[in-house]
Amino acid sequence: MAQQTRSLEDRAQTWPRWLRDLVADWSSDQQTFKVNWGKAMMWIFIVSDMFVFGSFLSAYAAARLSATLPWPDPAKVFALHIGESEVPLLLIAIMTFVLISSSGTMAIAVKYGYERHRAKAALFLTLTALLGLTFVGMQAFEWTKLIREGFRPWANPMGAPQFGSSFFMITGFHGLHVTAGVIYLATIASQVLRGAYEKIGYQRVEIAGLYWHFVDLVWVFIFAFFYLF
Amino acid sequence: MSHHDHHQSFWTRYIFSQDHKVIAIQYTVTALFIGLVGLVLSWLMRLQLGFPGEFRFLNPGSYYQILTQHGMIMIVYLLTAILLGGFGNYLIPLMIGARDMAFPFLNMLSYWVYLLSVIVLVAAFFVPGGPTGAGWTLYPPLSALPNAAPGSGWGIKLMLVSLVIFIASATMGGLNYVTTVLQCRTKGMTLMRMPLSVWGIFIGAAMALLAFPALFVGGVMLLLDNLLGTSFFIPAVTLFGQQLPREGGNPLLFQHLFWYFGHPEVYVVILPAMGIASELIATHSRKPIFGYKAMVIAMAAIAVIGFLVWAHHMFVSGMNPYFGFFFAVSTLIIAIPSAVKVYNWLLTLWRGKIQFNTPMLFGIGWISTFIIGGLTGLPLGNVIADVPLHDTYFVVGHFHLVMGVAALMAIFGGIYHWFPKVTGRMFNETLGKLHFWVTFVGAYMIFFPMFLLGILGVPRRYFDFEALQYLPTQTAGLNIVITIAALIVGAAQVVFLVNLIWSAVRGRRAESNPWHATTLEWQTPTTPPPHGNWGAETPTVYRWAYDYSVPGAERDFIPQNVPATPTVPAGTARTV
Ligand code: HEM
Ligand SMILES: [Cu+2]
Repeated sequence: MAQQTRSLEDRAQTWPRWLRDLVADWSSDQQTFKVNWGKAMMWIFIVSDMFVFGSFLSAYAAARLSATLPWPDPAKVFALHIGESEVPLLLIAIMTFVLISSSGTMAIAVKYGYERHRAKAALFLTLTALLGLTFVGMQAFEWTKLIREGFRPWANPMGAPQFGSSFFMITGFHGLHVTAGVIYLATIASQVLRGAYEKIGYQRVEIAGLYWHFVDLVWVFIFAFFYLF
Repeated sequence: MSHHDHHQSFWTRYIFSQDHKVIAIQYTVTALFIGLVGLVLSWLMRLQLGFPGEFRFLNPGSYYQILTQHGMIMIVYLLTAILLGGFGNYLIPLMIGARDMAFPFLNMLSYWVYLLSVIVLVAAFFVPGGPTGAGWTLYPPLSALPNAAPGSGWGIKLMLVSLVIFIASATMGGLNYVTTVLQCRTKGMTLMRMPLSVWGIFIGAAMALLAFPALFVGGVMLLLDNLLGTSFFIPAVTLFGQQLPREGGNPLLFQHLFWYFGHPEVYVVILPAMGIASELIATHSRKPIFGYKAMVIAMAAIAVIGFLVWAHHMFVSGMNPYFGFFFAVSTLIIAIPSAVKVYNWLLTLWRGKIQFNTPMLFGIGWISTFIIGGLTGLPLGNVIADVPLHDTYFVVGHFHLVMGVAALMAIFGGIYHWFPKVTGRMFNETLGKLHFWVTFVGAYMIFFPMFLLGILGVPRRYFDFEALQYLPTQTAGLNIVITIAALIVGAAQVVFLVNLIWSAVRGRRAESNPWHATTLEWQTPTTPPPHGNWGAETPTVYRWAYDYSVPGAERDFIPQNVPATPTVPAGTARTV
């Protein structure tokens, strides 16, 4: 038995580096991934949540394919009237820009956290949360506008009722994620200010960042599937 | 964690406890309680089927409600909860040498949220219209249209809300179990030294995290169809000659979402059960588990392929027939790793010093029912055989043996096996054996005739068969036999409960390692283990989990935390 293992180890010397690291990680005792527990859990949560959004989007695709009434044209539905002209996708472009920028400020907050610039880390966390809030606000505006125009989860004037159903359901679910994220970031920011992480380290800022980047990334998909196609 | 022990009040110690062992007991007791409700419901159904018309309080509507609640309770609220929440909580930290779960607070929350989901589920029995009767698979349009099935007002909504709450709880729990196994093992405990129970629970929990999302999404969409009048799942429907105003929905979509969850779900249940059974079989036959690596690889393979077979539940649903071919092939492939595991259990028993005690009997019962149940899955996996068998009692026989009875065999065996550790006392062996024999023989008397009924064409989910003239009259006789067996088996569970309760209070004091087992939970400094499990220092692991009957060793087992194997000089007689 012992001999066999050794010969396997010898052979492993010739393996590419990444493969050796992979095997070393998975065969180690105590911890498989050399990260703190919270971070490992957040990654696992993200994978699970990815399946939730994946299911939502596949369901949306299936609903759209089997709808019997014509599917409304996103360029028309999501157009904004400015003066005389109709600008397609203007609002949504701004929303997307805001959310993507918030990923940037988040990354900066993480950096300042690890450098132990408490004030700056808290500032950028707050900024991120505010951008998130802006996003939710604009989403509320968009919902109101659509509802005024007669869109309902169960029917709409422009065609298949499944359009409104999927739209409100999926953007609503994503909006909940953003809202939860804003609260989460605000909590972390106040903890940073209080100096709660001076002893235990600033990983929690990074963990919140993982969640936030994930929520932003999901938006890219929702944006593409609802507004572009 | 353990240093706070003395300052804890009754409430934080036993009720809002963050100790994984207390949470495990809370999960187990709650699951067994709701399981009893499911059992009584099954009695009611059997009374109707065995003696149609004799029991006036049953009518087609209430029969469907009972049927639906029974199925959902047993699969989700009993089996899933007890295996992950009960066994997972108790065994993971103890078996990997940790002091607790990675996130004890989240763990506690997971239990209370589970309890809430059970309360909402039970509440459905008391609302106007009663619980939903749309079948445990909740297929729309039946489950989505008002007045289509019994309980289509409050009932279905409470069911869906309860499921969503359950999923939240299962996610919190699952994150904890997976993270704990990956990150919190003690020194020397590599993944490939973990007991198979931990492997089974780990892989099962990981599958749950990837399968429940689909049920969540399907459930939310169905809830919207019910609450807001969306038409995700409602196609153009003509009801009583009138075209409904809703159209364009896709009922097959729900079936896909449901079974994308539903098939992996059966493995969420069965993988932990496989792990537990491996422990029972190895320990009580005093032999190393045969083919440990193959066992682990087989479980991993089952987990992966398990996500690619879901539409074998939908062969007759009207989906594209080419899908049928793909899913039939993947279904037959998944039988291979399942068979590998069965051979390994059998070879572990082979020439073992088998101790025919209660846990072992249940271990053997597990192998038997898993084989019979699994083999009958093969014809169902072939489209051509499934078309006539689908929707008959053949399917009922199949999944009850392979999922219901087999999983329960592992659960009962596991409860008896770890009872001395949990309570510090021994259970009553005679009552345990009585419980086993009645349950084991009775279960076959209930479910084996169902294969026959199915082949004769008795349809499932029917209130009575009066109008089906093609059925031979013997089917009515068989149904009486089944009903009587079901009543007896149900009553035998009282023996189990009495044994547990009585022994927990009055049983003989147990040694800390009564089965002479190798795994870490039996090596704790005190029994039952205190909060924090290990006293001053966590154990160090030097060997795999199955050093039974090692040639040359003083005793016939070497615990995982014992250093270096004693060397045998060549030619010395072997002492066991
Ligand atoms: C060799 C392994 C297996 C094969 C080939 C197999 C195949 C099948 C097939 C094709 C069906 C659908 C039958 C129909 O509805 O017409 C089915 C139903 C079912 N199987 Fe299996 N199965 C296997 C193992 C298992 C295991 C291990 C479990 C549980 C732990 C399980 C639980 C179920 C359940 C719950 C249903 C019925 C669900 C319902 O319609 O209400 N099966 N099986
Ligand atoms: Cu299946």
